[in-house]
Amino acid sequence: MSSRTNLLRVLGFALAAAALAGGLRAEVKRGDHFPSLAAADLNGGTLPDTAGKVVLVDFWASWCAPCKASFPAYARIQTDYAAKGVVIVAVSVDEKAADFAAFVRKWSPPFATVRDQSQKLVSLVDVPTMPTSYLLDRGGKVRFLHVGYYGAETEKTIRAELDGLLAEGHSP
Amino acid sequence: MKLFFGFLGLLAVGLSGGCASQDLVRVKPWQRATLADYTMRPDRDPLDGTLSEHVYFAREAASGGKGVGGSGCGCN
Repeated sequence: MSSRTNLLRVLGFALAAAALAGGLRAEVKRGDHFPSLAAADLNGGTLPDTAGKVVLVDFWASWCAPCKASFPAYARIQTDYAAKGVVIVAVSVDEKAADFAAFVRKWSPPFATVRDQSQKLVSLVDVPTMPTSYLLDRGGKVRFLHVGYYGAETEKTIRAELDGLLAEGHSP
Repeated sequence: MKLFFGFLGLLAVGLSGGCASQDLVRVKPWQRATLADYTMRPDRDPLDGTLSEHVYFAREAASGGKGVGGSGCGCN
């Protein structure tokens, strides 16, 4: 076997290993089951019952400007969709409990707000940017993912996706 | 020769794996509270900005590079 062939094999192996290392990240993607919220170390609020419901999990922080902009939209969505079986859980990644509390007090959102104080859940999910929201079907599977918040466009998309998920009905 | 290529392979795997690791080079999005703080903004203090501009002007004989009037010719 020639040196050139050996070199090509080594390079191929290295590239494969690099790709594998990159793929080992635990980023939650579409089609994955979302980690259990109940099992995560969340505090600062009460987790609503999410069993059999369409769930929107939003990761936010008090220091994140687009997160602030998204709250009124989620409040509108909550108002329009809560009765249809949609639950919104806004998970704060604030390190300081006081920052989280002040934000919630100021905005008083109509949906559930909790704090991932140890940042274990957000690390597990490996959120790509702030904010990111995950739309889960009734079975707890991630069906849609919104990276960032882009105002009315994002709200419109989420509403369409919610309509679609609600139309699917209950899974057997 | 085999030993050499084996060593080269291990080295390549180690290096490429390290390069692919996200933990080495990136501050995670949820860890950017300090970076997002107002005090991290370079334009947080208008007076400080004006003084810096003055120093640059006096030292470099140039002005206008930060969006104010003037073409950098020093003729203002």
